[in-house]
Amino acid sequence: MTREKVGLPPFQALIDAHWLDVARLARAMAGQDGDDVAQRAWEKAYAAYPGLTSAKNLRSWLLTITARCATDVHRARKPQRPLDEAPPVAVDGPEAAVWPDPDLWRAVNELPERQRFAITLKYVGDLDHHGVAAALDTTPAASRRLVSDALATLRTKLGVHDD
Amino acid sequence: MTDLESRLTRLSTTDLKPPVLPDADVAYTLHDTPIGTMLLAIAYGRVVASSFDDEETMTTRLARAVSPRVLRQPRPLDDVRRQLDEYLSGSRHAFDLEVDLALATPFQRLVLTDLPTHTRYGATTTYGTVAADIDKPKAARAVGTALGANPVCVVLPCHRVVGANGALTGYAGGLDAKRFLLNLEAKS
Repeated sequence: MTREKVGLPPFQALIDAHWLDVARLARAMAGQDGDDVAQRAWEKAYAAYPGLTSAKNLRSWLLTITARCATDVHRARKPQRPLDEAPPVAVDGPEAAVWPDPDLWRAVNELPERQRFAITLKYVGDLDHHGVAAALDTTPAASRRLVSDALATLRTKLGVHDD
Repeated sequence: MTDLESRLTRLSTTDLKPPVLPDADVAYTLHDTPIGTMLLAIAYGRVVASSFDDEETMTTRLARAVSPRVLRQPRPLDDVRRQLDEYLSGSRHAFDLEVDLALATPFQRLVLTDLPTHTRYGATTTYGTVAADIDKPKAARAVGTALGANPVCVVLPCHRVVGANGALTGYAGGLDAKRFLLNLEAKS
């Protein structure tokens, strides 16, 4: 009965509509590990799906799971350091041919993790600040700050002055 | 949006793969047959749909009635497809499948469940006769409606039921499909 009220769409409809977005976001956040991250995100989403209490914002929900899986993978790679001391670690460089605009993505990869994830969620994932904040367990105001700091750093590095 | 921001949105990657998931609660596939494309679905080992309705309509109904974990997975339906193909080529006269009428109302279940025993391969019966078989002799019209809503077409042979005057009346897959099935059974 609850299920009928929630009215969740068939899971296949989510895959058909969003698998490319999830895959792109996972690649942007986790580089070479992106395919594993996307696969893991779908497995988690599939396991949790029947328990959802709302059919709203399913895309945002999927991208949030993807971001958390990317964060987990990233942390698993450097377990020896306390998290807040860890310097930004460049994602393993994907092939330049696969990543158009290599200068931009190299600069993105050199950003601190939170900033990198925030701008990736905002621009590759096309989420608003509420969505970015949910994915990163923070507030919309903090998301706005992460994104604007990241853009400022990128402008300096790339010598772009477009605002 | 600034130029830098729009550059960030333009990440295009290649060789992306869709996810691979475990066996679905509800697995379905679209199967081309001589009487049209049919959506076949199985849940926990039982056939829940064999329908001429479109993919979005049927998967949405299945998500609500059975489980939202509905996936397009052809493999769990191999046996259903094989039996259906055998039936449609005339080499099979009865299905060896378990059916779950999760998509049917209680009255539709009453009408549909025993259809294989209330009808016979190669013969037709009437709405009134089926109504009498289920002890609702005055419900011929309601029986017709219930048969028209059959979610497990062909496997539950609603095509064998016709009007009292022998007219084919209607069929979810169209009258041509009903004619095809009755001709097939008559000559096999």
